Parts: sequence; C-alpha cells; structure tokens
Amino acid sequence: MKKALEIMGEYSLLMVKVFQKPEKWRIFFRQSVIEAQKLMIDSIPLIFVISIFIGAVVVIQTVNNMDSPLIPKMYVGFMTREILVLEFCSTMIALILAGKIGSNIASEIGSMRITEQIDAMEIMGVNSANYLILPKIASSVVLSPFLMLFSFVVGLLGGALIIAITGLITMAQYVDGLQFSFKIHYISYSMTKMSVFAFIITSLASYYGYYAKGGSLGVGRSSTKAIVISSVLILVFDLALTKLML
Amino acid sequence: MIRIKNLYKEFDGKDVLKDISIDYKPGECSLIIGASGSGKTVLLKSIVGLHTPEKGEIWYGDKLFNKLREKEKKELRKEMGMLFQGSALFDFATVEENIMFPMDFFTDWSLEQKLERANFCLRRVNLENANKKYPNELSGGMQKRVGIARAIALNPKYLFCDEPNSGLDPTTSIVIDRLIKEITQEYNITTVINTHDMNSVMEIGDKIGFIYQGRKVWEGSNKEILHSDCKELNDFVFTTNMAKQLKALMNR
Ligand SMILES: Nc1ncnc2c1ncn2[C@@H]1O[C@H](COP(=O)(O)OP(=O)(O)O)[C@@H](O)[C@H]1O
Ligand SMILES: [Mg+2]
Repeated sequence: MKKALEIMGEYSLLMVKVFQKPEKWRIFFRQSVIEAQKLMIDSIPLIFVISIFIGAVVVIQTVNNMDSPLIPKMYVGFMTREILVLEFCSTMIALILAGKIGSNIASEIGSMRITEQIDAMEIMGVNSANYLILPKIASSVVLSPFLMLFSFVVGLLGGALIIAITGLITMAQYVDGLQFSFKIHYISYSMTKMSVFAFIITSLASYYGYYAKGGSLGVGRSSTKAIVISSVLILVFDLALTKLML
Repeated sequence: MIRIKNLYKEFDGKDVLKDISIDYKPGECSLIIGASGSGKTVLLKSIVGLHTPEKGEIWYGDKLFNKLREKEKKELRKEMGMLFQGSALFDFATVEENIMFPMDFFTDWSLEQKLERANFCLRRVNLENANKKYPNELSGGMQKRVGIARAIALNPKYLFCDEPNSGLDPTTSIVIDRLIKEITQEYNITTVINTHDMNSVMEIGDKIGFIYQGRKVWEGSNKEILHSDCKELNDFVFTTNMAKQLKALMNR
C-alpha cells in the first residue's frame, strides 16, 4: 500500500516535470512529429489486420447466435457496429497498443536512463522529462482517437468482406443495420476514451522507463510493469468512463 | 572554483558519502580516486546535482548550488560539461547532432553556426570525418572523444569526467587523459575527474583526493602521493608486492 502511494507521488512529480513549457517550441513540434510517426502511424498496419479480422468474426458470431427467424437479419449489422464502436475499437485496441507502444516507450526511455543519457541531458540543463515524454503524450493523446475511427471503419469493412465472401446475410441487410439507430454520441464517447487510454499508456510507460534501474534486466522489468499496470488501468477507466459518459 | 563543504549522501539509510570537504581550482585537473564502490560516482553526481546530498554545501564561485532555485540551477548547468563513464552519447543522434544538442536548446545559432562549432569541437578532440556516424558505429575511444566534444560544446567553465578511460586500452587512455588536461589548461576550466587508474594520477593529477569507503582520507598532489603514510592510500596505490617493495626502496 505504501508502495502504491510512493509510486503515485513519484508519478505525479514526474508529470509536473513533463508538463512544463518546452524550452523551444520548434524542438517540441519536431519531436512530436517523430513520435507521431513512431507510436501512431507505425501502429496502423497492426490495427488494420486486427480490426479486419475482428469485424469479420463479430459478424459470423452474431449471425450464428441470432438464428431465430423472428429477429430481422439487419440486426447483425447493428450489433456489429455497436460492439465495434463501444468496446472493441477503443478498449481492445488500447490494450493492444499498451503492449506495442507501452513496451516501446518504456524500453526506449529505460535504456536511456541506465546508459546515463538522461543524466547527460539533465547536466546540460535540458528538462529531460519534458523533452522525452511530452511529445509522446501529446501526439498519442491527439492522434489515437483517429486510430479508433480507423479501426472502426476497417472493422465494418471486415464485416462487409465476410458477408460478400460467404453470403451469410445480404449486403443490403448489413448496411441497413449499420445505419439503424445510429448515435454519433457513441463515436465521440469512444474517441474520448481512446484519448484517455493513450494518456494512461504513454505516461505510465514513460514513468516506468524514466525510473528504470538495474541494468538491462531492469529495463525489461519496467516495460513488463508498464504493460501490466496500464492494461489494468485501461479496464478500470473503461468502467469509470462508461458509467460517466453513457 | 568549486568548494565542497561537509557533504553527506545516503541511499536507503546507507551512508555512501561521509563529511567530504574539498576545493577545486580553475585550470587544474583535480582527481577523485578510490576503489570501485568507494563513492566516486556518487560524489561527482552530487557535485553536479544529479544526486541531492543530505547535508553539506556545494559552492560554484559565490553561488551555493544546492540551495539555488531550479531556474538558477539551470543557468549554472549551462556552464557545466560532463563526460560519462559509458560516454552516454544519444544513440538516436549522429555524432554532430550529439554535439549540437545543447546548442539546439540554448543558443539561437543558425545551422551553419552550430555545424561550425561542432566541427571546431571535433577537431579539438582530433576526431574528423565521423560527423554522420551514429554512436554504435564508433570505438570506445572515439565515443569518449565525442563525449568530450559534446561536453565542451558550449564553452563550459566546469568539466566533470567519470572514469574517462574505463574500458580503453592504456595507450588510448593516456591520449584521452592528455586531451582533457590540454583543454582544461587552454580554456582555464575547473576539471574534476573520477578515476582508479594510477597512470592518469601520475600523468594529469594536479590535485588528488582519495576516497575510502565514502570518506576523503587523503588529499595532495601526484608528487606527494608516492610518499604518503596514509595506510589506505598506500594499499590502493601500491597493490602488488613489487610496488610495495619499490616504495620501501624509495623511502629508504
Ligand atoms: N542510485 C543508487 N542507489 C543506491 N545505492 C547506490 C546508488 N548509486 C550508488 N550506490 C551505492 O553507493 C556506493 C558507491 O557507488 P559509486 O559511487 O558508484 O562507486 P564508484 O566509486 O565505483 O564510482 C556503492 O555501494 C553503491 O552500491
Ligand atoms: Mg563509478
């Protein structure tokens, strides 16, 4: 328990150091573009593959479980859309990103810590936390909602694809369902969730990397911790935000 | 001029530095020597503020460093350069980007001006034609040179080196040592060097502080070191039997 309080204190202090005015905005924007590429753009292929498969699987499962002739077939499209937008494209994708970019960030910053590169920045008078971490948080928080949208669209396409291939239902029924009782609010809810998750992932991974110690083993440990803790927090915040926003 | 007064540092209740007081003068290479684990790195990092000491004063000229506000500390840091034990070059950046890194933050120079300064520093450490290489493409000795070039990029008044020749062969070690000495004298820098290498001590040590289990137990010049009667120091300096016999001969 004391440990948890200590971590929270240390984490808050680090965030205070992170959220300072950058020494030079030009450097901040340059780093943000680099991080956007590394953390967000480079995740697109993975998200594409996962979303297209999940979209297809959700359609098949829904069809299989709605065999009553009383339920109109267009509900397959409706259900698929709701599942994707409400949980899959934000929470599931966030959990996957926690693994991918969480370990990337924690090991990058962690290895800079143990090879004294962070000390080298500090001794120059550079706020290393601000220089290294703020661009990661900023680019992820701003861009991850668009990854969610992307995953949503690709997921729906995956569903369409499996319908085109197998003819489980007609495309018209599927499209009808997709348009049925559409709530734009769900999209903004999901995009907001994604931003919050992105903050959790990037800030926690940065924290565990920044305070890594004990050689390369320690870096490995901190990246594992970052993934585990941020995954748990993503689920907790998923619950909280759902209570709050829906 | 750096003045350290009654410095204490502990980690998790374990005293690592105990009551250290020592002065460092400009234009001199001052050495901190001692066995591995004696507290040299902790001392150096406490002096530059990477560790916060529990007690004691660290004066840079007339500024009490450990009581300065963050902003003033930052100003003072721009006058410090440090060479780390593993060089600590940024591995995301090329050699010249490494050297321009502090310039990016703290100068308004154009790219040409920064490159000119970077090239000047690289020439000063006798490392040319490596501008576009990444740190992992360099040998240990070359990495140290880049580390020195980066440390002197903004004309520091204070230079700190943590074991500048660890991991280097004896010849390269001496070259790096001499380079640090030349730069120190040329620009009248206050230089503090951690080492456990007796060659360095004899070659460049203007002033030497010997740390034993976190205490400074001896201080003097490299001329005096051979004639000291401090037991811990003699055990450190004259490790082999041959060396002990030589010392006995000398003192006859
Ligand atoms: N960050 C730290 N946390 C806890 N103990 C440390 C830390 N840094 C150094 N120590 C301890 O301080 C002592 C001195 O270490 P150090 O200054 O690195 O020795 P050296 O003289 O070899 O440079 C060692 O016992 C080491 O275990
Ligand atoms: Mg050391």
